Amino acid sequence: MRILGLALGLILGLAGPVLAFEVEEQRFYPGTGTRVLRIISTADLAVFTPYLLAFQQQRPDIGIDYTVTSSADLAAAIRDGAPFDLALSSAMDLQFQLANDGFARSYRSPITADLPDWARWRDLIFAFSAERAVVVVNAERIAGLPLPATRQELIALLRDHPQRFHGAVGTYDVRESGLGYLFATKETRSTDVYWRLAEVMGRLDPQLYCCSGQMIDDVATGRLAVAYNVLGSYAAERLARDSGGRVQILRMEDFENIMLRTAIIPRMAQQVEAAGALIDLLLETGLRTTADDWPLPPLGQSGGVDEAGFSPIRLGPALMVYLDPLNRRAFLAEWENAMEQR
Amino acid sequence: MTPTGSIGRRLTLLLAGVAALLSFLSWSLVTGLAREAAERTQDNVLVASATTIAETLRSEQGEVRLELPYSAFSMLDAIGEDRVFYRVTAAGALLTGYADLPDPDKALLPGRVHFQTGDYSGEAIRMVAVQRVVLAGAQPVPVTVTVAQTRQGVDEIATEMSRLAAALSVGFFVVAVGLSAIAARTSLRPLNEIAAAVSRRGPSDLRPLRRAAPAELAPLMSALNRLMDRLGQSIRRSEDFIAEAAHRVRTPLATVRAQAEIALHTISDETERQRMRGIIRAVDESSRSAGQLLDHATVAFRADDLARDPIDLADLARQTAATLEATAALRDIRLHLDLVPVAVAGDAVLLDSALRNVLDNAIKYSPEDTTVTITLTTVGKMGRITITDEGPGLGDGPTEMLTERFRRGANTAGIVGSGLGLTIARDVVVAHGGHLDLQHGEHGRGACVSLVLPLA
Ligand SMILES: Nc1ncnc2c1ncn2[C@@H]1O[C@H](COP(=O)(O)OP(=O)(O)OP(=O)(O)O)[C@@H](O)[C@H]1O
Ligand SMILES: [Mg+2]
Repeated sequence: MRILGLALGLILGLAGPVLAFEVEEQRFYPGTGTRVLRIISTADLAVFTPYLLAFQQQRPDIGIDYTVTSSADLAAAIRDGAPFDLALSSAMDLQFQLANDGFARSYRSPITADLPDWARWRDLIFAFSAERAVVVVNAERIAGLPLPATRQELIALLRDHPQRFHGAVGTYDVRESGLGYLFATKETRSTDVYWRLAEVMGRLDPQLYCCSGQMIDDVATGRLAVAYNVLGSYAAERLARDSGGRVQILRMEDFENIMLRTAIIPRMAQQVEAAGALIDLLLETGLRTTADDWPLPPLGQSGGVDEAGFSPIRLGPALMVYLDPLNRRAFLAEWENAMEQR
Repeated sequence: MTPTGSIGRRLTLLLAGVAALLSFLSWSLVTGLAREAAERTQDNVLVASATTIAETLRSEQGEVRLELPYSAFSMLDAIGEDRVFYRVTAAGALLTGYADLPDPDKALLPGRVHFQTGDYSGEAIRMVAVQRVVLAGAQPVPVTVTVAQTRQGVDEIATEMSRLAAALSVGFFVVAVGLSAIAARTSLRPLNEIAAAVSRRGPSDLRPLRRAAPAELAPLMSALNRLMDRLGQSIRRSEDFIAEAAHRVRTPLATVRAQAEIALHTISDETERQRMRGIIRAVDESSRSAGQLLDHATVAFRADDLARDPIDLADLARQTAATLEATAALRDIRLHLDLVPVAVAGDAVLLDSALRNVLDNAIKYSPEDTTVTITLTTVGKMGRITITDEGPGLGDGPTEMLTERFRRGANTAGIVGSGLGLTIARDVVVAHGGHLDLQHGEHGRGACVSLVLPLA
């Protein structure tokens, strides 16, 4: 599925270092003019096309070159100076680090001023969507069993029915998925049951995924009974609705991870004005209070604290703690220890 | 006198200037202190962060190990949205973090915190470095933990506090200016009070000022009192001098007149007698002038500090008429008095002098065997003494001119006079708050002179 892509240096025909990163998807939306807005993003085309079309309706003269890659590759590309005008990522830690390390340009507009404090940092990084991590279950595969509402109950469920869940539990491979890593590290600090859950999952031959899309697909087909820490975007919810009850989304009551999808304008950006205009559009949809049918959920109200009392992961230097190679190595070692008990 | 600016305004401006200076000083002081406080807070947070990291250092299998504690980073956004950089080196080799972070500019001592300000990644940063010696195997390894942060939060706090301090300083200044104006007015009040007290005084009130005055005004007060004392003395001297002069003129004149009178009786030659009468007349004129001058001077002095004794004008008219009875009788002139009691407040000597001069005129200018009438009436709040005669009247010219000094009418041929009589009468009634009324008599005959005085 992944296409091994070459650096944008080649695509753009610009002189510069040859950068290599995996391009998962890429599409060019031509505009009437010569200006091209180059976006690097972690959001699939399926999710993001409506935003791009809305933008082109406002600014038909601007063509859009949209490249999808993993959050780690995205961060590496921006660090290497790849000439993108806008970077959209679900890995807020990596995005934050880019801003912190001086790889982002500051941007200010009336709409960024409307953004609550917790949804931006220093006019460098802007959150435009808040998404929660959820548990997705296949109702057929856990028929007859109580639906867990907390991690404690999930642990009990998995532990008490090892045969039924063997090989049928899925979660992020935190070594590969930046988002999974962020969720896992955040969880280890927020709740002490994370490691116990990891150990219980580890004994059940867990299926590890790079991305939430595949995980949801596998729950839908019944390959997985339970997928833990899936990004509960609207796509997952729609799938749950369409499946006629077969796929169910469970929100944990003890603790919920809420991630902010963020945008930065890279230091190397050339189409700064167009990038700002697209950020404004994204923020407008992020700040919406109506139930418009945009693919990504809005930021939500009341200071980022949702109705259940959970607030999004904070944009701040603490995000960089687990990006430190020493910490990452230590965390992954512990995680592997728990997950891979063959 | 041209005022050379107001002390009050100068004082207010001076105090306002001082207030402006103080406001500015306090603003810059607060701004500086706020920045200092914010910087210190940042330093404290940085120290706490670096120390927290240093505390997690340990050695495992002869190697220095470390895990960055979450709190070491989460505390760093306490001040503001500042970029964070860090580095951990063991014996000079990078363990983790930003390799190109500036090195400490001094040798580090274990247990001592090193502060440093510098530039990194295009921004000013504050850096804190701590060193800890970790035993890796048998080898003590110095490990340096450096945590750095940009200073945007500090700048923001400082700017905000500076703005707040500016607003407060402006407020302080406005209040201070208001208070300055009040203070200036208050401190000038004794001066104004003394000025008011001095100007309230009568023109001849030369008593020394006896007021409690601030020490700064004491020299002014004593100078003023000395001046008034000298003035009083000189006035007294000239008063004495005039009286003395008039006296000295009159006494020899009286002698001359007596001698001339005797000589007149002893000589029989008609031309000689005529000459002698001329001498007597001239002496009379001189004597009259000297007396009138003395009276006029008396009026001037007594009017300055006018006595306000209760006086019944009827009594006064009777007494004055009595003293002139003989003069009138010599010329067969009858004095008719038509009196009612009229009470006024004033100086009996002056009023007598005024009335005597007017009555003197009436007798002097009337032909023999006529009647002079003195009538007392009250009109509204004024009392009026009217002297009517059957003489030649005041003439055709404007009557006011007759009150001018040394002004005599056209009808005075052969009649002794100095031209000061009506001047004295007018000055006396004016000093009493009244006026002199000069009218022609009824049917174009005689004069009708009134002294109009306010009732007591
Ligand atoms: N009752 C009067 N009848 C006519 N003329 C008068 C009468 N009273 C004053 N006058 C005129 O007014 C002039 C001024 O009078 P005033 O009393 O001031 O001076 P005097 O009588 O001439 O001199 P003095 O009174 O000083 O000896 C007189 O010279 C006289 O011409
Ligand atoms: Mg006269």
